[in-house]
Amino acid sequence: MPKLSAAIRHSVAFTLNGVPRTVEVEPRTLLTDALRHGLGMTGTHVGCEHGVCGACTVAIDGAMARACLTLAVAAEGCDLRTVESLAPAPGRLGVLQAAFKRHHALQCGFCTAGILMSLDTYLRRHPNPSREDLTLVIGGHLCRCTGYAPIVAAALDAAAELRGTSEHPEDAAHA
Amino acid sequence: MKPAAFDYIRAAHLDEALAALQASGGDARILAGGQSLMPMLNMRLTRPAVLVDIMRLGALAEPRIEKGALVVPAGVRQAALLDRATLVDEAPLLALALPWVGHAQTRARGTPCGSVAHADPSAETPLCLLALEGEVRLRSKKRARAVKAADFFTGMMVTAKAEDEMVEAIALPLRRPGTGYGFAEVARRHGDYAIVACAAVVDGRGIRLAVGGVADRPTARDLPLLDGSALDDALNALAWDLGAGEDVHATARYRRDLVRHLGRQVIEEAMRCRN
Amino acid sequence: MGIQGERFIRPSAERVEDAALLSGGGRYIDDLGVRPGTLHAAIVRSPHAHADLLSVDKAAALSLPGVAAVITGADLVGVTAGLVPALRVSVDARAIAVDRVRYVGEPVAIVVAADRYRAEDGADLVNVRYRSRPAVVDPEAALGEGAPVLHEDAGSNLMSDRRFRYGDPDAAFAAAAHSLAVTVRYPRNTGSPMECYGVVAEYDPHEDAYDVLANFQGPFSIHAVMARALKVPGNRLRLRTPPDSGGSFGVKQGVAPYAVLIGAAARIVGRPVKWVEDRLEHLAGSVSATNRVTTLTAAFDGEGRVTALDWDQLEDCGAYLRAPEPATLYRMHGNMTGAYAIPHVRIRNRVVLTNKLPTGLVRGFGGPQVYYPLERLMQRIARHLGLDPLEVIRRNLIPADAFPYRTATGALYDSGDYQRALDDAARHGGLADLLDRRDAARAAGRLYGIGFTAAVEPSVSNMGYITAVLTPAERAKAGPKNGAQSTATVTLDPVGTVTVQVASVPQGQGHRTVLAGIVADVLGIPAAQVRVTTDLDTAKDAWSIASGNYSSRFAAAVAGVAHLAATRLRDKLARIAGAQLNIRAEDLVFGGGRVSSRTNPDASLPFARVAATSHWSPGLVPDDVGAAIRETAFWTPPELTAPDAEDHVASSLCHGFIFDFCGVEVDRATGKLRIDRYVTMHDCGVILHPGMVEGQVRGGFVQALGAAVYEELVYGEDGAFLSGTLADYLLPTATEVPDLRILHVESPSPFTPLGAKGVGEGNCMSTPVCLANAVADALDLDNVDLPLTPAKLRALVAEADEPPPPAGHRSAAPAAKAGDRTLRGAGATVVTASPEAVWALLLDPDVLASVIPGAHGVNKLSDTHFTADVTLGVGPVKGRYAADITLSDLDPPRGATLTGTVSGGLGDGGGTGRVTLEPDGTGGTRIGYTYEAAVGGKVAAVGGRLLDGAARVVIGGFFAALARRAGGADRTGPLRRLLAPLLALMGIKS
Repeated sequence: MPKLSAAIRHSVAFTLNGVPRTVEVEPRTLLTDALRHGLGMTGTHVGCEHGVCGACTVAIDGAMARACLTLAVAAEGCDLRTVESLAPAPGRLGVLQAAFKRHHALQCGFCTAGILMSLDTYLRRHPNPSREDLTLVIGGHLCRCTGYAPIVAAALDAAAELRGTSEHPEDAAHA
Repeated sequence: MKPAAFDYIRAAHLDEALAALQASGGDARILAGGQSLMPMLNMRLTRPAVLVDIMRLGALAEPRIEKGALVVPAGVRQAALLDRATLVDEAPLLALALPWVGHAQTRARGTPCGSVAHADPSAETPLCLLALEGEVRLRSKKRARAVKAADFFTGMMVTAKAEDEMVEAIALPLRRPGTGYGFAEVARRHGDYAIVACAAVVDGRGIRLAVGGVADRPTARDLPLLDGSALDDALNALAWDLGAGEDVHATARYRRDLVRHLGRQVIEEAMRCRN
Repeated sequence: MGIQGERFIRPSAERVEDAALLSGGGRYIDDLGVRPGTLHAAIVRSPHAHADLLSVDKAAALSLPGVAAVITGADLVGVTAGLVPALRVSVDARAIAVDRVRYVGEPVAIVVAADRYRAEDGADLVNVRYRSRPAVVDPEAALGEGAPVLHEDAGSNLMSDRRFRYGDPDAAFAAAAHSLAVTVRYPRNTGSPMECYGVVAEYDPHEDAYDVLANFQGPFSIHAVMARALKVPGNRLRLRTPPDSGGSFGVKQGVAPYAVLIGAAARIVGRPVKWVEDRLEHLAGSVSATNRVTTLTAAFDGEGRVTALDWDQLEDCGAYLRAPEPATLYRMHGNMTGAYAIPHVRIRNRVVLTNKLPTGLVRGFGGPQVYYPLERLMQRIARHLGLDPLEVIRRNLIPADAFPYRTATGALYDSGDYQRALDDAARHGGLADLLDRRDAARAAGRLYGIGFTAAVEPSVSNMGYITAVLTPAERAKAGPKNGAQSTATVTLDPVGTVTVQVASVPQGQGHRTVLAGIVADVLGIPAAQVRVTTDLDTAKDAWSIASGNYSSRFAAAVAGVAHLAATRLRDKLARIAGAQLNIRAEDLVFGGGRVSSRTNPDASLPFARVAATSHWSPGLVPDDVGAAIRETAFWTPPELTAPDAEDHVASSLCHGFIFDFCGVEVDRATGKLRIDRYVTMHDCGVILHPGMVEGQVRGGFVQALGAAVYEELVYGEDGAFLSGTLADYLLPTATEVPDLRILHVESPSPFTPLGAKGVGEGNCMSTPVCLANAVADALDLDNVDLPLTPAKLRALVAEADEPPPPAGHRSAAPAAKAGDRTLRGAGATVVTASPEAVWALLLDPDVLASVIPGAHGVNKLSDTHFTADVTLGVGPVKGRYAADITLSDLDPPRGATLTGTVSGGLGDGGGTGRVTLEPDGTGGTRIGYTYEAAVGGKVAAVGGRLLDGAARVVIGGFFAALARRAGGADRTGPLRRLLAPLLALMGIKS
């Protein structure tokens, strides 16, 4: 492909939450900034911009990714999913989201989008996780409010519900 | 905390990537998983003129077995390697070490070759490559060459790779019969860079112990089959030889303590699983 | 009149905040749109701990397309003033350096550009020249003779020295059978919310007024400080907060200096300016808790009963004293005796400045620094007397029948039953089992210990406590300050639904959910019919200096005043309904969405109709009721009086109780700490929302775990900041968190409207010392300071000295003192050239100038002084630096000193080498050399893990080039040989 010049903006096309989108970016534009300021998808948060905190975690082609460590131009042609995709309909919550709400698994909510996206991505591929598995996945995120225990509890509860073995069957089709 | 400006090339062919490296006069960097490079770009610790994205190169996407080695090309992500069902038979040491590399979120993007190219002295993959006496396959527009791991890591984030070369693959010798492997590390938190990481390979002839996080590069030492106080002495000599330093996480003394402790632990582990 | 089924406890009420936050619909500051034309700021910060600011060259940055302005401290002198502290000292506490920098990360210039990327490009090109000064980072050293003084106008680094005496401590110490002291060095840490600071500011020149949107958390006493710093009256600083904030833990008080900076920048550029802090800025330049050196001495009898305490506290507030500091030191003043009935107290409080980040609010605010020595001391007393530490705690507790209890230092503890809390915790928390576990572990040779902590958690601060830093005479002159004005507004709209507005500025605690429930209960309507807004606008909303999200004041004060406002409105509505139903207001009840007769359910009106009456039908409203549309209530507790002439300080209104115990094990080989079990008992009065209380306790506990084991803002002895990334400043993750058992007893506060007390900060006060007590028990220690890192614990465990290096091993560098980051080396070599020839080479300025690696241009200032622009790097870490090289102490041809410094965007480095030349007797020269060097700035802050190697390579790069040049074509020149061993020492291959 031709070199994308640093000096100008370039159009990047990808699928975002199932919808084809394009955004104009410089080669150096981080995916976080392209999503938030280029496309107005502000649910993905910026916490550290060096890949440690996990607040910006999104799914790229079905795998977890730190959006702050991803160039927007590198997402060309990819299938991106962000926290805005999780609710089955406006005003409703998916299984994972509802479990977070029940368990008080969030306070300020700033880290939450990233954790939801990690868990959503993980649970799609690992429907029978152990507490330790989920703790390790959540261990890739920093939360400063909750002390993590309710997040682990919510994740376990959501996993059970998605398997159809929980007391909260509503919205069971959506992670 | 935004990167300085650079041009970007998403290479469609390996030749395109190599040509870009050559054309840049040393001012280009390969972008693979980005888990080491991107933080440095964001912090502006490094500011290349050109980034060459190699993640769309089909030729680099799949691990393969080749002449007694597991060859991991530059486009293979850590998570993909960890998910490889046969990894534990092919390269058991790597199977032990990979879960310690960052977190699931970074392994989903990061590449073993990128870790080797970055050459952080605490990183697990370079340590395993060195312990296994693997090699780094380098390619430039002009030539391809293989460098032994022991010769590849030359300092803190400094390697034998020339500026017009890229790490095309790493090659890890396959598991050998009668050989045992051990890996252990101590970090402040799970997923952190190791304060000290040790990997051992033990066979009928001797012990190869590699240590990361202490010297300015991973360092390996070949020892005869020792135990008891002779092993203590050998580990103590190694601990002192590595010239441990201090940082906010650990003292030099602590690092030496860990070399002695983890060194013995991984050697014993390797001996156990050899039998 | 009454309320039907009034209930404020909703055990499982889900939060109204959550649906949006779980769906990406939060409205944090960086999610809100800005006006067209808004510019973006990046801040150039000092890499030096202490230096004169010689010049700021803006030209290169200004030539960059997209850069609108570069604003320096000097540019802002006319439009801003300092952020005054709570005490009168000659310290220019500006938000930006003018002629001197005093900590790493201090703002030096603001680059304003079209977007943040361009602003950072511009910041890279701002060329700042510094002349470094000696720095002091240790608070005791800062008081020493000859210590560098940060603010000469203040005379010394000592800002305040106050002594207090309560009861008769001298007599108590003289009479005591025993006395024991602990000295504690409490380290620095911070709250590190996941969202960093943000400010969007605009200036209206026509009205000389600022409009500032900032994720500020209060206290709004700081609004007055900000307005003063911007040189406008209070009503010309309109401060607004966004609807959501990504955590604070006190820290977002510290956005205030940046609100001033960005406001002033907007004024200068004539456009709105937005600044969103990044994580590197946050760690280096937001706010730290104070570090403190405390010596605490107790007088006690043979049973462990403490009769007197002597506190000597040395508080380190960093480089500037900024409001509300030195509040950290005084917040606990009323409860310096903790949970104990100790009648006699002596206190000396000193405040010192050092070359570190200025301090401010951090969760626990002063509590950890006090309870650490106090509870360590209680354990030491038990150890000293051979008693059970729990028994020593129990013997000293304030008796249950003594409440309300006036402490020696002036607080009025509202309620409690500490003995019962202890007993319940021991029983329900499984203490007996834990003791068995310790026995079993110890029998197996493992290092297992148990720690206990009792603490009083103060909440709802008295805005007057900080005046205790003044003498009674100074206070009398300034006039009394006291109280904790809280406020809430309840509004009825024309269809009878309810809106509540408070100035509590939540940072994730769920205030909207709790308030909706409280107001709905008072008005007898479903909570869903009440909407709560918590974003604050100082131009339109009710607020006071005490407003904000701090001192755990929400449940005790804000929830209570919302209840008060709702009740007042309800009383008016009752009279309106009573007039229509012809029933006395006293006989009406509110419930089920209706206003009904207590006795005749048929006599009733829909709530909405009554609530809408004042809008649609004011004629139906009884004359003496007035409009029942909006009710704003204020509440301040009478117990919060101003400090008296004897320095009694009622520093807080509420006093919860915490009793913690834990079992820990230390791994003998790795020093790693494993928390086997942790039990925390809380008495926070009436619990308004159990789920949220649990969230506060768990979150506080994990922050405390961080402070105890993982987190420290580390500074080198030279003032370099070493914890600049989240890979260096380690927050606990899910994999580090042990199981936590939470227990409660409930002693309602008689002083608060709902009986609630604060609960959010307690574990930050109790947990660090509880873990330390357990470690001290496990390792049989008298003294241990935080953080409890594996390296530290391993050093404490190590039974024997380290095995020595094998014979013939090259001796390692001498062990450096902690914090000393100097790289040192020495050596000698022999070359064939004569001393005169070597000397000539050394003294040849052209030779020296031409060997500076990566030099883009060399400027010769004199025969012995050069400057140059250079590019230096280690591996991929390359940066452009300004180099300054001098030769001094010339002793031809016997010796010279080479001094070099480099500074640039990635940081700064400096080194000094002394070279001596002696004839070797065969025509050659014996060359001896010593050097020392250090690097600081960004490289030090973000690459601490890689620092040593990086420094060696950067310095080595210079010498390597020097050697190449000296070696000439055959690479065997005398200087080459001179340098080879030096390079080898530094790890550079020749």
